[in-house]
Amino acid sequence: MAIELLYFAWVREAIGRDGEAVEPPADVADVAGLIGWLAARGGGYAEALASAARLRCAVDQRFAPLDTPLAGAREIAIFPPVTGG
Amino acid sequence: MSARVILGEADFDAGAELARLEALGGGGVASFTGVVRGGDGLEALRLEIYPGMTLRALEDIVAEAERRWALLGVTLIHRHGPVPAGGRIVFVGVASRHRRAALEACAFLIDWAKSRAPFWKQEMFADGRSRWVEARAADEDAAAAWDASAEHGCP
Repeated sequence: MAIELLYFAWVREAIGRDGEAVEPPADVADVAGLIGWLAARGGGYAEALASAARLRCAVDQRFAPLDTPLAGAREIAIFPPVTGG
Repeated sequence: MSARVILGEADFDAGAELARLEALGGGGVASFTGVVRGGDGLEALRLEIYPGMTLRALEDIVAEAERRWALLGVTLIHRHGPVPAGGRIVFVGVASRHRRAALEACAFLIDWAKSRAPFWKQEMFADGRSRWVEARAADEDAAAAWDASAEHGCP
């Protein structure tokens, strides 16, 4: 099933787009797996997503840990740690 | 409880926001205003948001403050887009019957707004350079400290 991806801040800049729809293979089970699968595309993806420790995510517009399963997710956002306030 | 949560690009009038809270009939109003620090050629901050999520995250933070403390009013205003050096970015105001709830809730609200809502700050310099601000561990620690004291508050 297609998942809508959104990228923010330097993740967005490195990838060069603010989002896209993807259909990851069945063996990509969680957000960390998704990040690794995207990073394997190389180029800006590899640059932005090489280090999962520098990334945070939201699943269906809620902050979530990177080991959150993809099953049932419609929208996943990948971004650096937030810096509001 | 009067809750006022605003996410927008426009500047705000902190004095008018305080007056609104003072009119609620409580004994105390506490507030925090965040201002863009200048220096080192910094011209502006640009704040990026997650359009589908940021406002709701701020509303959830205000709801959590209401759950923890007995409050008469909360105002949380957070700007996005470009904000020049010296400009206001964020305002937190809390009205309560007693000072402790107002002061604690105000500190909680700004701590969580810094690390529990999707904003990303980018520094824009006069010479054309820009740099994404890195999250500080101390900010996350300050937000997490309120998790540990979840049973605290609410007199």
